[in-house]
Amino acid sequence: MERKTKINAEEGRQDLLITREFDLPLELLFKAYAEPDIVEQWMGTKVLKLENKQHGGWQFETNDAQGNVTFRANGVIHEFVPNRKITRTFEMENAPFDVQLEFLEFERLTENTSKLNIHTIYRSVALRDQMLKLPFAQGINMAHNRLQEIVNKLK
Amino acid sequence: MNLRRDVFQAIADPTRRAILMLVATQSLTAGAIASNFDTARPTVSKHLQILTECELLNQAQNGREVYYEINAKKMKEVADFIEPFRNMWDDRFNKLEAIMKNYKSEK
Repeated sequence: MERKTKINAEEGRQDLLITREFDLPLELLFKAYAEPDIVEQWMGTKVLKLENKQHGGWQFETNDAQGNVTFRANGVIHEFVPNRKITRTFEMENAPFDVQLEFLEFERLTENTSKLNIHTIYRSVALRDQMLKLPFAQGINMAHNRLQEIVNKLK
Repeated sequence: MNLRRDVFQAIADPTRRAILMLVATQSLTAGAIASNFDTARPTVSKHLQILTECELLNQAQNGREVYYEINAKKMKEVADFIEPFRNMWDDRFNKLEAIMKNYKSEK
């Protein structure tokens, strides 16, 4: 399958740009970020809290098959402009990574296509590189999903 | 032995990637890791052996138990990690797109 997601991580910088064009109207793309039950489906994580407003908080959690918590992350929402922008912080709990700042910008391309830009700023160049080189740490909330897929294939 | 190539071979296998994800936040015993997979225990042991040989996992003795933990230092040496990172986001966004297309047609 064609990989549509682009990552721009210039050397020696402490930020990162993720861009992706969607075959979806802008409103549906934004809804996928705003509605907790939809976030749960595509992120493969439980949404414990998602307060879509200025100074609101969010918290996601993923469990393994035994019900143990494998991933928990939280942050604060600084800006929530429907169909346009979400500014928030992101911090993994029980992990040696500092909080990061995320700017999510939603753009209408055509009636049925849209674009998402995620600009993430890390505390340092080293921390950004560490996060990039440890996709397993970032992808840990996918672990349960992937595991389930693998288990299903083995059955 | 070309260790670098071996590291990439090690992470090319989905079960081994799943194991690395499991131990990314906490060290686990072989038994605890195996309990997450519906596959024979010796198969999981083989995967653990490969990951340990490639130095992606460390073994730590704790009493009678051996715990497996991720070797962050070795992971740092793997230069081209942007691709798995991108693939992770691409998979996630593909899923988002599929879910919202269904959502649209249900409306």
